[in-house]
Amino acid sequence: MATITGSMVGVLRRPTSHYGVWSWMTTVDHKRIGVLYGVTSFIFFLIGGVEALVLRLQLAFPDGKVVDPEVFNQLFTMHATTMVFLVIMPLSAAFFNFLIPLQIGARDVAFPRLNAFSYWVFVAGGVFINSSFLFGGAPNAGWFGYANLTSRAFNAGSGVDFWALGLLGLGTASLAASFNFIVTILNMRAPGMTMMRMPLFTWMTLVVAFLLIFAMPIIAVALIQLELDRSPLATNFFNPANGGDPILWQHLFWLFGHPEVYILILPAMGIVSEVLPTFARKPLFGYPAVVFAGVFIGFMGWGVWAHHMFTVGLGPVANSVFAVTTMFIAVPTGIKIFNWIATLWGGSLKFTTAMLFSIGFISMFIIGGLSGLTHASPPTDYQQQDTYYIVAHFHYVLFGGSILALFSGFYFWWPKGTGKLLDEGLGKLNFWLMIIGMNLTFGPMHILGLNGMPRRIYTYPSGMGWEFWNLIETAGSLVIALSVLVFIINVVRTSRNGKEAGPDPWDGRTLEWSIPSPPPEYNFATVPVVQGRDAFWIEKYGLHGGEGAHHAAPPSHTAGSGNGDGHAIHMPQGSYLPMVTAFGQTLMLAGVIFGYWLSGVGLVIMLGGVYAWCSEPVSD
Amino acid sequence: MAVPAEHHRAHPGPGEYIKIAVILAVITLVEVAVYYVPSLSGALTPILMVLSTIKFSMVVLWFMHLKFDSVLFSYLFVGGLGIAGAVLIALLFLFGASHTIVPGAA
Amino acid sequence: MQHAHPAAHAPEHETTTGLDHRKLLMWAFLGSDCLLFGALISTYMIYRGRSLAGPFPNGPEGVFDIPFTSVSAFVLLMSSLTMVLALAASQRGHIRGMRVWLIATALLGTVFLGGQFFEFTAFVAEGLTPATNVFGTSFFTLTGFHGAHVTLGVIILLSLVVVSLRGGLPKEESLTVEIAGLYWHFVDIVWIVIFTLVYLIPAPLPPHAG
Repeated sequence: MATITGSMVGVLRRPTSHYGVWSWMTTVDHKRIGVLYGVTSFIFFLIGGVEALVLRLQLAFPDGKVVDPEVFNQLFTMHATTMVFLVIMPLSAAFFNFLIPLQIGARDVAFPRLNAFSYWVFVAGGVFINSSFLFGGAPNAGWFGYANLTSRAFNAGSGVDFWALGLLGLGTASLAASFNFIVTILNMRAPGMTMMRMPLFTWMTLVVAFLLIFAMPIIAVALIQLELDRSPLATNFFNPANGGDPILWQHLFWLFGHPEVYILILPAMGIVSEVLPTFARKPLFGYPAVVFAGVFIGFMGWGVWAHHMFTVGLGPVANSVFAVTTMFIAVPTGIKIFNWIATLWGGSLKFTTAMLFSIGFISMFIIGGLSGLTHASPPTDYQQQDTYYIVAHFHYVLFGGSILALFSGFYFWWPKGTGKLLDEGLGKLNFWLMIIGMNLTFGPMHILGLNGMPRRIYTYPSGMGWEFWNLIETAGSLVIALSVLVFIINVVRTSRNGKEAGPDPWDGRTLEWSIPSPPPEYNFATVPVVQGRDAFWIEKYGLHGGEGAHHAAPPSHTAGSGNGDGHAIHMPQGSYLPMVTAFGQTLMLAGVIFGYWLSGVGLVIMLGGVYAWCSEPVSD
Repeated sequence: MAVPAEHHRAHPGPGEYIKIAVILAVITLVEVAVYYVPSLSGALTPILMVLSTIKFSMVVLWFMHLKFDSVLFSYLFVGGLGIAGAVLIALLFLFGASHTIVPGAA
Repeated sequence: MQHAHPAAHAPEHETTTGLDHRKLLMWAFLGSDCLLFGALISTYMIYRGRSLAGPFPNGPEGVFDIPFTSVSAFVLLMSSLTMVLALAASQRGHIRGMRVWLIATALLGTVFLGGQFFEFTAFVAEGLTPATNVFGTSFFTLTGFHGAHVTLGVIILLSLVVVSLRGGLPKEESLTVEIAGLYWHFVDIVWIVIFTLVYLIPAPLPPHAG
């Protein structure tokens, strides 16, 4: 934005190395940022998983003594917070980052440095929230932190502050990333890539980005209100003693929280919509219907939030309205499921691991969706509220839904990212262990919930009739852990001696399969011209061609083909400043707990980072 | 950036900007005046809402150029504005606070 | 920074929609910021007339000073005019005119902030703090957030002046001024809403304070 004097160029010299730790720390390459997102959130996945295992061990037998009640509260709060904000969201972001430019035929995202900033804010926020274990105790008020459980009077420790401030930080990461992807998808499509030719995953990313930019500010306001209530200013937002209303927190939280549910599941639906057509060797059935169902889900997601609050006592009118909208939102979801099934119908199916995970997604998500419909009705919800039935429901949609689809994505795009295929044998073992384990773990929760076992109790006496299923659930959770171990073994083994993937191991349909694996820094040596939906399939087989119409050599956008060999393509260089700015912002938030002087230091670092960012030279 | 391909119509010049500003100033004057007229107190809320909506729209359409720029910008902005407005109205009803803005509804 | 390698950046201007990346981002941001103020305004409106103890916004025990706030609102409104005049000057290549109007805008913004500071001080002197009642809680938070937005706007405007004095922001870069202006006008329209909903439409008094 500014012209640069000679001296400033010296100070702000951009890092040029392409290898080593610093090249990764300063990278602005969307593919590398995607890998960083993936690795970091997988580490958080292991942390959140261990927390879940401890919870399950505590509940395996009546009168469990593995952890005390306070630690149990911290663990279930951190398990949920971690899995929602530090695993599913950033794992989806890993796929957004890696894939979106490749799928739309772009060389990078619209704002590469902003992309790096998102990642570093996410890392800092995740470490910040988890550091609460070392500073006097983790948050313990549940992942939706209902007021007054979080007020200073009832929760004096700093755990809640770590939670609220950490989520604020993570919110900026999501916002920055969403603005970036909205602009990238709207503005950087290859010639011919109209909106209705975009891959489904790109479409779902766009919907999620819009949900995020509209939902995140609401939770930010609620979290700031919470922190103001807890601050020396002693505001009264959620303090009924002085006219405040704790129900306001619930409304603001779920106004964000329900769109958030779709933020968690739509990327998964996008992944499945890419995997199924590839291994059915058919175009996605009813592409426009699937797109519009996704957009409609995103829109309707705004009108159902109070179904989380049926037992609050909003009155029969409000409860009826939200019951109807909630049942209605099952319609677009059903449209998607029928379209996926119709995609499989009559296809020449290849049951690869990625395909198995996607089919697993459909089956498990149907179970979770149907149990969700049962508590769309207020009278039955009164029975189910705060029981293990609810826990069963959202684990079927989040684990059976999001996590299975994300694993499908791992197996599907791993060869594109690394150039090596994951082992199919270990992959199938991974799949079967995971699907058996999850059904053992979460299936019995339906029964326990209907038997009246409340969620979030740290133990239960014997003789309630809950012993058998609780033990089964704990066994199931160990099977899930085993399946994740198999995945890690698969990754380690194939990284040493995996099969070379080549550019197009699955006979893929979208543009990312037209370039080498792993893709060069500039992605496309020549920018592709898109002829229709399933752009790469059309390039390979023609607009109306079936499999018989195979060209002798599929055209590709690899280096060496066409007129570009990649050397003339100028890519943005790395930058230290996203990391510096993210660090400053996190210090600012941490200062609220550790002393406002630290916020001051953080502010100075952040402002310095922003100014340097704006005046950074494009390259040396 | 030299090619303003995005401008569907040219932005207005200083003369038109000043004209808009004069209208905005007059509306503000009327708003404050209405506040002080006792006989209008019954209709105060609707009058003020109409006047401020006009002010809001004029700034957005002329000063922010939505009248002249790509309709995509309008979609982005009106999308956020619409959801915010819907959230406000829904919350006022859920909290039974709608009467505080519609006089006499209580 | 576009000067350094114009050739390298040229293709990026051929965007799918023909719209500039940064301007698109700014409009998406403003759409998102609507929800931030939407949540804050909702909170204020929900808590209207729910304060258990005074001072109250209006009525006999009211703290609002409508003539004073009207002048403040007018000042901010006129800063929108100086902002578009700065943009018009920039688009016509009148660099000095642009600087003058940018400084004028920042100055008007600062006057508004000064007014807000004075208002806050007066309220505290009358016994209204964020801790006093839910009116104080939601009023200071809402207007404080708006004030923070104005402050950021002033910093951006002054930064543009500095950049311009160092030779940046020629006519070709007028889009930067336009994008900063979008943010500034947004802050202004938020105040148009706040001025009406918070100040001019009288809140009902709590039953016991009748």
